[in-house]
Amino acid sequence: MRNFRHIAIIFFLAVGVSATPSYAQTPSDRSPLVADLSEDLIAITTGFTGTEVLLFGATDGAGDVIVVVRAPESQVVVRRKGRVAGVWINADSLTFDMVPGFYHVAASRPLADLLPATVLQDEQIGAVNLSVAPVTSAPQAEVTAFAAALIRNKQRVGLFNPELGEIRFLGDRLFRTQVQFPSSVPTGEYTATIYLVANGAIIDRTDTTLQVRKSGFEANVFEFANQNPSIYGLLAILIALAAGWFAGIVFRNV
Amino acid sequence: MNIYLPIAEMSVDVFLILGLGGAIGFLSGLFGVGGGFLMTPLLIFIGIPPAVAVASEANQIVAASVSGALAHMRRGNVDFKMGLILTVGGFVGSGVGVLIFTLLRQLGQVELLIALSYVVFLGAIGSLMLFESGRTILRRQAGTTTRGKLHQHTWLHGLPFKMRFRRSRLYISALVPIGIGFVVGILAAIMGVGGGFIMVPAMIYLLGMPTAMVVGTSLFQIIFVTANVTFLQATTNQTVDIVLAFLLLASAVIGAQFGTKVGGLLRGEQLRGLLALMVLAVCAKIAYDLVSTPVDLFSISEISGFGG
Repeated sequence: MRNFRHIAIIFFLAVGVSATPSYAQTPSDRSPLVADLSEDLIAITTGFTGTEVLLFGATDGAGDVIVVVRAPESQVVVRRKGRVAGVWINADSLTFDMVPGFYHVAASRPLADLLPATVLQDEQIGAVNLSVAPVTSAPQAEVTAFAAALIRNKQRVGLFNPELGEIRFLGDRLFRTQVQFPSSVPTGEYTATIYLVANGAIIDRTDTTLQVRKSGFEANVFEFANQNPSIYGLLAILIALAAGWFAGIVFRNV
Repeated sequence: MNIYLPIAEMSVDVFLILGLGGAIGFLSGLFGVGGGFLMTPLLIFIGIPPAVAVASEANQIVAASVSGALAHMRRGNVDFKMGLILTVGGFVGSGVGVLIFTLLRQLGQVELLIALSYVVFLGAIGSLMLFESGRTILRRQAGTTTRGKLHQHTWLHGLPFKMRFRRSRLYISALVPIGIGFVVGILAAIMGVGGGFIMVPAMIYLLGMPTAMVVGTSLFQIIFVTANVTFLQATTNQTVDIVLAFLLLASAVIGAQFGTKVGGLLRGEQLRGLLALMVLAVCAKIAYDLVSTPVDLFSISEISGFGG
């Protein structure tokens, strides 16, 4: 089913691109950029170990492509250890707002070659250009150090991609890129923004969404634990009591 | 084969968890301890968030202590009255422990609290046990035995609210077991342990209970205290991972049966000496991690997530 959809889209794109000349006289009729994801839902099930989603699309021929995939934002506390009486303990902390739970950027060429720094900053393209801001005021040097640590820690667990993802062109119109999601990927509605870039400016952009949800047993347990914590706690105890009692009976004569 | 833990929100190798459960279960059967003091640090070490490790381990210990207590009950080695009095203190203590845990989790100091508790208590108990078992082994080799007083009177015996505990042949103030239960309850909640390794020496040396009654009674009250911790962690922090707890308890129960058999082949003081060395090794590892320079001085946690 999934493969069928996948093939159908590729086929559609290929036909669309080969038919481009006939549409070339009326460029306003059609977008110079189309893109989609191979899946619009990542279901976190019992066997989930992370996944890879294919993002693909076509351009009308001119320019490079940048892809940014991000999860909803939340607040994140960054803590710095300090040595107190020989022991490393969390000493200072700084809370950042507007931190995406997941951030992936890919481009067909290095970002600095594609867009001026101010545009990269306005569009928040590249982890260093994320507009994460501390919720309390702090000296600029501190903010810089903590923000860098925030990005570094997110990269270490695979929630931010440490290096610019690769976008491969097939011919000069079709492009594709792989987006990696680790098993610790946060849930929520993700957005993938695809930019068509030429001569240092954004020519076109398109958005597509991706749902990341716990599914089946995992979702039930998580919801149960958070919505009915008392009953969940009692059930956890009952299971343990029953298991202990059962083991006591089974191994009675061993 | 991997399994996604719904509360820890991460994927783990099922066989790694089952192996850990089985190995710790074996050791707990061998030494007659709950094994929480080994399991919780190991879970944290393999990447389970500390808050989830502590809460889920409490859940697992409920099962381990039920099957242990049943075995002791059959032999009549449980002083129910003493167990219930200890439980009264344990309930209040574990409640206070979960409160402290929640507060320090918000302040970002819960890992430090867990680590320091481990270093202090494992260090103290491990050294005492090593000293005691070493002395016994030496004395056995020397071939002399000295007999201590049957029981000694201290200021603890002057406290009010005296109660009679027939099974343990004691007439002491109820405040002493309530106090012991309270302190051990706090530690159980913070460290993700049953607290047997503190409870047992406290019962022998502070209460003067007969050794035969001590382990069964300790296990009996641990059921209630860890059940209380499980409930409180589930309701205040939502950190009890039922899937993780179930994998651990299933494998630990089987491991414990083998451990018990092997344990029957070794002498008591040899077992205690080995256990002491293991306790000190865990203590040394945690102490080392506290003082060695971390790879990255910075760490992050989500505001409402399970980062711990």
